[in-house]
Amino acid sequence: MSGEAGRAILIEGIEKAFGKTRILKGVCLNLREGEFLSLVGPSGCGKTTLLRIIAGLESADAGSVRIGGKDVTQLRAADRDIAMVFQNYALYPHLSVAQNLAVPLVMRRLSSLERVPLLRHLVPGHAQRRSAINAQVQQAAEMLRLGHLLHRRPAELSGGQRQRVALGRALVRQPSAFLMDEPLSNLDAELRAGTRREIVELHRRAGVTTIYVTHDQVEAMTMSDRVAVMMEGELLQLGTPREVYENPADLRVAGFLGSPRINTLPVCSAPDGIRLGALLLPLQAEVAPGAELTLGLRPEALHLAAEGLAVQIEHLEFLGAEVLLHARLAAPDARLTARLPIAVAAQLQRGDAVHLRADWSAALLFGADGARIASSASELRLNA
Amino acid sequence: MRDSAALAGAAPATRASRGIGEAAAAWVLCAPAGLALFALLLGPSAALLVLSFSDWELGAPELAWIGLGNYVELTTDPVFRIALRNTLIYVGVVMPASIGLGLGVALLVEGGSRLRATFRAIYFLPVVSLLVAMATAWQYLLHPTIGPVNRLLALLGISPINWLGSSDWVMVSLCMIGVWENLGFVVVLFMAGLTAIPRELYAAAELDGARSAMDRFRLVTWPLLGPTTLFVVTITAIRCLRVFDTVQALTRGGPNNASQVLLHAMYQEGFSYFRIGYSAAITVVFLAIVLLLMLVQTRILDRRVHYS
Repeated sequence: MSGEAGRAILIEGIEKAFGKTRILKGVCLNLREGEFLSLVGPSGCGKTTLLRIIAGLESADAGSVRIGGKDVTQLRAADRDIAMVFQNYALYPHLSVAQNLAVPLVMRRLSSLERVPLLRHLVPGHAQRRSAINAQVQQAAEMLRLGHLLHRRPAELSGGQRQRVALGRALVRQPSAFLMDEPLSNLDAELRAGTRREIVELHRRAGVTTIYVTHDQVEAMTMSDRVAVMMEGELLQLGTPREVYENPADLRVAGFLGSPRINTLPVCSAPDGIRLGALLLPLQAEVAPGAELTLGLRPEALHLAAEGLAVQIEHLEFLGAEVLLHARLAAPDARLTARLPIAVAAQLQRGDAVHLRADWSAALLFGADGARIASSASELRLNA
Repeated sequence: MRDSAALAGAAPATRASRGIGEAAAAWVLCAPAGLALFALLLGPSAALLVLSFSDWELGAPELAWIGLGNYVELTTDPVFRIALRNTLIYVGVVMPASIGLGLGVALLVEGGSRLRATFRAIYFLPVVSLLVAMATAWQYLLHPTIGPVNRLLALLGISPINWLGSSDWVMVSLCMIGVWENLGFVVVLFMAGLTAIPRELYAAAELDGARSAMDRFRLVTWPLLGPTTLFVVTITAIRCLRVFDTVQALTRGGPNNASQVLLHAMYQEGFSYFRIGYSAAITVVFLAIVLLLMLVQTRILDRRVHYS
């Protein structure tokens, strides 16, 4: 199972509408062989629909899907050589774990006559094919630590075990791509972290191209080679987890990734630079004077300082190693969140007036349409 | 020392008396339900069983115990034999036919994209309509001279059939009406069962390589319909065994007892000839068949069904 590279996937111009609602608006995506890509976005952004279109469970109104260079747009799901892990696992409840794992192999390798009880023994070569299937099931079960559960029914398994059976059913026949639709959303937090690692590990060993749909940014950021952020049926950005976090192309991407949420402040461009209210910011950007802009500052880009933005502390959240400081900026009226080391924040109290200094090299600037505007920190001191 | 021994002895005694008290309370609390159960369900059945050992006739001043006399008579009674045979034929034809057709119709309706509720209502119509009233319609439809069925056959060059009047055809006609009567019931139950199957299982089956509709039916639909099917089989079997109203309304067991069925024979013996003891014996046989059926259901079929 190891070392077998998955296929590249190329998705072009996928359009889909249900009635008059446009769910997907020309989505393009390309995956390299063996890549792990997360499709992330809020619920209702069309990511599951896109996944079902790639799987062949749904047909697109326009666009094409190519797997390993072959156009599969017109092929039905069973012929696309794709395996999928469903959110609710979709295990066959009347079959044992071993039978569930065997289904993809039985369906593909045994003729319909061979699947009929009693008659199967009349078909020549049946015993060999059957034992080959059993061996593969055994192998997949060992890999997923399901060996001792093979005779149980899904109802007798825990959520995590069911999840592993669903994974096993997907990888037992070594498909050219895996599609996973929020496979961890039904697990509790602790199990989720463990299974996350397990899936990454399985992917590394099997090397199968994987598309992983999730609304959980932590899953997307920690597991993927690349992250595709979708919103309202559009692909907003595709990049490594670090790229999309540090260099978001759109205000919506910046707002979706990162917890706590990125701080946004209304700023405008004046002839002499970018101003936050009356304050001239040490930022340079190529914008026409008078434009309304949005300044994005991640909570970790704000530090406690003797001078800077004057704020009043509204709320402190103790997280162990660090403290989240929620504060109100007087002019313009806005809320800011800062992530501070515990040592710095130990003495702070609710209601204190403090100053926050921004790391301007990490500041992000967005236009009125939400698109990113290139900016850089200037040497100018903050004239506060 | 003696005190502690006495105490030690006293404790179990108290516990035991509390146990008895609890048991008594339990019996008292169960009593109303138990009595009702006996008076309304078990009692009448027991009375029926007792009556079947007598020669009582309705209104007769006295009765004699004749032991198994009624049952011995049953074995030689040609009418009872026809009734038993006809009932079993009726169950054997109507049950599989209405279940098979019903499953097919349910799959078609549920597989379609629209008009589901309409079809459901149409198929359910015979179930909610008054069967005796509908029997009139059937009588017209199957009438040997003015009936549309025969006229249709005449168009195809087939000579008219005396559907309800000939002993060769009367059971065929009753079975057809039986299927018509049960089909809607079966369809509605299967449709309910089908909607309970998670859509994702079909998606999973498709990705697992179940290409044909037959593959998906065998992998997903049929096993997951198990509990529904078991219920449908039981209910339909009992409904078929109880066939009475169509017979009473259309043929009264005729011609020449050719359409006699168990419950109609029982009805005639008990309510036309007032031979209560004999009709009780027929009812006992009927109940025995129902019980046997339920036993088969719980002991054999139930074990092969998957309940999620």
